[in-house]
Amino acid sequence: MSTIDEVITHLAEKFGAVISEFAGEKSLTVPAEKMLAFAQYLSDEAGFELLSCVTAIDYWPQETPRFHLAYRFNSISRNLSLNVRVPVPGVRPVADSLEKIYYNANWQEREVFDLFGIKFEGHSDLRRILMPHDWQGHPLRKDYPLGYEEPQFTFNFDEIDLRKPYAKNRDGA
Amino acid sequence: MSQLQSVTLDEIKHLVSDRALEGETMLLNMGPQHPSTHGVLRVLLELDGETIVNSIPDIGFLHTGVEKNMEAKTYTKAEVMTDRMDYLNTVGNNLAYCLAVEKLVGLDVPIRAQYLRVILAELQRLASHMVWLGTSALDLAAMSNFMYTFREREIILGILEMVSGQRMMTTYIRPGGVWRDVPAEFVPAVRDLLKILPKRIDEYESLLTKNPLFIDRTAGIGIISGADAIRWGLTGASLRGSGVNYDLRRFAPYSSYEHFDFEVPLRTDGDVRARYLVRIEEMRQSIRIVQQALDKLPEGAIRSSNHKFVPPLRSEIGTSMEALIHHFKLWTEGFDAPAGSVYVAVESPRGELGVYLEGDGGPKPYRVHFRTPSFDNLQVLPVLAKGTLVADLVAIIGSVDIVLGDIDR
Amino acid sequence: MGVEQKLGEMGVVTAKLEDLVNWSRTNAMWPMLFGLACCAIEMMAAQAANYDMSRFGMELMRPSPRQSDLMIVAGRVSRKMAPVVRRLYDQMPDPKWVIAMGDCASCGGVFNNYAVVQGVDEVVPVDVYVAGCPPRPEALIHGVITLHEKVKKERMKDWA
Repeated sequence: MSTIDEVITHLAEKFGAVISEFAGEKSLTVPAEKMLAFAQYLSDEAGFELLSCVTAIDYWPQETPRFHLAYRFNSISRNLSLNVRVPVPGVRPVADSLEKIYYNANWQEREVFDLFGIKFEGHSDLRRILMPHDWQGHPLRKDYPLGYEEPQFTFNFDEIDLRKPYAKNRDGA
Repeated sequence: MSQLQSVTLDEIKHLVSDRALEGETMLLNMGPQHPSTHGVLRVLLELDGETIVNSIPDIGFLHTGVEKNMEAKTYTKAEVMTDRMDYLNTVGNNLAYCLAVEKLVGLDVPIRAQYLRVILAELQRLASHMVWLGTSALDLAAMSNFMYTFREREIILGILEMVSGQRMMTTYIRPGGVWRDVPAEFVPAVRDLLKILPKRIDEYESLLTKNPLFIDRTAGIGIISGADAIRWGLTGASLRGSGVNYDLRRFAPYSSYEHFDFEVPLRTDGDVRARYLVRIEEMRQSIRIVQQALDKLPEGAIRSSNHKFVPPLRSEIGTSMEALIHHFKLWTEGFDAPAGSVYVAVESPRGELGVYLEGDGGPKPYRVHFRTPSFDNLQVLPVLAKGTLVADLVAIIGSVDIVLGDIDR
Repeated sequence: MGVEQKLGEMGVVTAKLEDLVNWSRTNAMWPMLFGLACCAIEMMAAQAANYDMSRFGMELMRPSPRQSDLMIVAGRVSRKMAPVVRRLYDQMPDPKWVIAMGDCASCGGVFNNYAVVQGVDEVVPVDVYVAGCPPRPEALIHGVITLHEKVKKERMKDWA
């Protein structure tokens, strides 16, 4: 078990994960209910000490699974990197928190919760992190608009000006 | 929007000790407007006298929506957003993003372009460490260093301006290579800089390294062990200050870093001073890398010849119909990237800067996520600050070298 | 004026009160030490050795809004930050001025999305807009000098 291919084959057999390949790099798709045990095994047995990245991808309007969680694990001692994906449904999106195993999952998962609305079970402090705490909606979801505002030109100057009550008079006063 | 958000104690009571709820300890707000938080960081402190019992960082005051906004732009146009995330490491951000795009679509980069990328990324690392050194010493009331480091930083910014036309937001590195070849004055200018830099770094050190006041303020403060640091996702100089040898230029070399001979400085103390010494040594190593890259800099193409993804040279457009069509298509529609996802990481001055990029077959990224080093490095602040004095907190914040644009994106 | 010829070398200067007040306001205008994003680094560069803003009587950045006359909004203002910027502005004593430094603070810049306020003039009144992403230190200094000229033109009857 020294190359990443052998590690991936071993993990796929042990946890019933699916292997996919893109751009010369393999990744594992692990069922959501097995993720906690999987991460525990990675940390304790397989030597992956560092959780680099946790993020989510929204495949709206597809519903099952609507989200994928993408993890990146690194093993500093064995010089290996591993990509893991976890499908999460669109109705009641819940996943297990890895905070107890990898401490930095705390903020990473809070960010995913804030921007995608995926809840993490077992998380000690699941609050919004980037947006104001009274913000409505989850901005990075695909059904959330970008929030484009019209730029100010001569033809719509007055209209935009109404939005800027504090802009000073354009005559230069 | 015009209302300041009010946070009641109920929402955060699981983060403070019971003594705070009884009013025994004091809750103190620091930031978002504070001279020593390096931007708009807010930290809620629970104090017992002058000792920090708990600290709760509150971020998001610079949340810019970069990731969402990039989904609405083509791969090429989205690149300008990456500059503005970590504004002290603009070249490094471009590099990480371009490497991700190249991996996604399968582009090759000519060796000259790779070397130019390395030179500029290392110069940017030097500039970033200079800002860090100036500002973090300023937090500890050492004013002179700020003036000295910004003096040399201006030279580096002058070089960046020479190659790209912009001092900070260069967008010089493009998918498939670099924007255009460097001017003839570039190599002499960098050599001149390399000649003076080692002496100047000695000068910075002579003000701080053996200064008893500086040692008192930094040694033995904000200690974290190597094993803990990994679990907290600490990367970069902050991790190497705790004795863990993890540098992505070695761990997973990119852009020909394996061609260069350099050392990864390590310290085992894991305190503020160790992180300071590691960064100073890193500056010297960066000089070595730039020197080697300049010596070995080959002639040749500066961007890939695959014109399905990379715009042709301006000179070809006048003579080749095909080049004109490629140019037009690339700057109006952009190129289509295959459906799939890649993760690429580079060593930014602050640590592991990762880009998760997913394409859906169209000309716009389906999802871009930046795993930014400051985000994870700041998380460890409550651990580092526990039990220290309020005055030490600014030393600790300075030592993990955070950039708020990098954290909030 | 013209009295000075008659008074000789008595060390007396006569001027309009307006001019004197405006002159003193421009020559000791203390900006607030308040950086938001990328432009803050250029603002620091403008303070540092190469550009040296203290040539214009502005070497003293005050971290407290209570002691400052000028707010340089250096960087993009997010929806979460906007109320904070407004509160800081309200805390500054009159007379006070605002410079919107950079494209993001002036009009939102490249970020036209849910998170960024499209110009800080939605929150506070702005006197001078400095273009650039980020503006060079020279551009900021130019903005400051433009503001000084504007202040010198202020009339006493307009003072609140």
